[in-house]
Amino acid sequence: MTRVKRCFGSPPPGLDLGRLIGALIVIEGPDSSGRSTHIGLLAEWLEQNGYPVVQIGLKRSKLVGAELETAKQGNVLSPRTMSLFYATDFYDQLENNMVPALRAGSVVLADRYIFTPMARDIVRGADADWLASLYSKALVPDAVFCLQVSDRTLVDRTLASHDGLDYWEAGMDLGLERDWFGSFIKYQRRVRAEFRKLQKRYDFAPINANRSIATIQTELKDRVRRVLLANYPGRDIS
Amino acid sequence: MSPRRDPGVLIAVEGLDGSGKSTQIHLLHEWLYGLRLRVHFTEWNSSSLVRNATRRGKKKQLLTPTTFSLIHATDFADRYERQILPMLRGGYIVLCDRYVFTSYVRDVVRGCDPDWVRRLYGFARMPDFTLYFRLPLETALGRILEGRPRLKYFEAGMDLGLSNDITESFRLFQGRIMEQYDLLANEFSFAVIDATRNVVEQQQQVRRIISEGVDLSHYRTRVPR
Repeated sequence: MTRVKRCFGSPPPGLDLGRLIGALIVIEGPDSSGRSTHIGLLAEWLEQNGYPVVQIGLKRSKLVGAELETAKQGNVLSPRTMSLFYATDFYDQLENNMVPALRAGSVVLADRYIFTPMARDIVRGADADWLASLYSKALVPDAVFCLQVSDRTLVDRTLASHDGLDYWEAGMDLGLERDWFGSFIKYQRRVRAEFRKLQKRYDFAPINANRSIATIQTELKDRVRRVLLANYPGRDIS
Repeated sequence: MSPRRDPGVLIAVEGLDGSGKSTQIHLLHEWLYGLRLRVHFTEWNSSSLVRNATRRGKKKQLLTPTTFSLIHATDFADRYERQILPMLRGGYIVLCDRYVFTSYVRDVVRGCDPDWVRRLYGFARMPDFTLYFRLPLETALGRILEGRPRLKYFEAGMDLGLSNDITESFRLFQGRIMEQYDLLANEFSFAVIDATRNVVEQQQQVRRIISEGVDLSHYRTRVPR
């Protein structure tokens, strides 16, 4: 018997939770925290061990992914419209990618889930209970690993890997400061504070991501292994 | 929905396809405009960016009940925050061809949790007048089926799997929509207009309702036109 999946609230119409046999593993964390590196490594390791992997992430839905990208280019949509647009993108992937993959017994690796959009929206003034209801039809993940980095590390990594700061990741739409660097620091702190609240509400595992890739990856593999033991009984992986 | 906190007037029309509500709200708009009032008209599913996604979703049949609901809520939020609410705050009479009740009705018929749908639209303000153009199901079906026989997939509720025949599916779907509208009419005290009557008489009734309920002299525009 695998663990039976559930949703945070009632499931979306037409979803049969009893048929979902795979595992849903979420990696959260700010940009430049190493999410995609670790997801790539985990995917390779899982597939080498015979577990098919399906990856999902923000703005990747067939339905609205392209429009969301356009909306980000010009500051044309209100925060609430953006919240709903992201939720549409999320549920499209939930129903059309995640659910079929879990039904087939795959491991779904999510490069961020509902928590990043929620934290960003709360920082922009959205009501936490409204968001909780909006996302109440999401599947409860089997594990959420949250990569946490210090301001210093985040700044170093962001500046080393990009030409400059991203408008949204620097929270420039909030008008916190004219200076992008100052705004980035303030914005990331606010998002982190919201994440800490969500962490209590939704129970995720913090991962110290200030360490080397290899050290973090070893810890993640160890934790993922335990999740898989609960979801695929009788199988172990090295 | 949330209570009124603005000096505007919000008027919504609801009803089945073929009930004539769009004609009636158009005539209402013309009248108020002609009286030189501050008036703005907006219709369901018309925000430009969101509409492209909706159109593609419908054409390619990508939508589930949940994403169908959310994409319409996205469209509504965009219009609500950019047009409807600022207009109301600025003391306008805002006319909405379909309002959140359209989602209450359709999403619930598609199997969405009613409480979830209502919380989704919790930010929207309650209309001051909701005019419900009611007519017998067979009459509504007749008007649509004789005028425009090529029904679209979601419009006919084909995604519900009620029938493989698109016309039959449309009949069954519209019947369920009507049941939900009738329940809401009671719960939210809609002004029910008998949509089988002559269009000119209906419009007289609409104008009577509005002029009795609103002191229109408060809404004169200061902009010369």
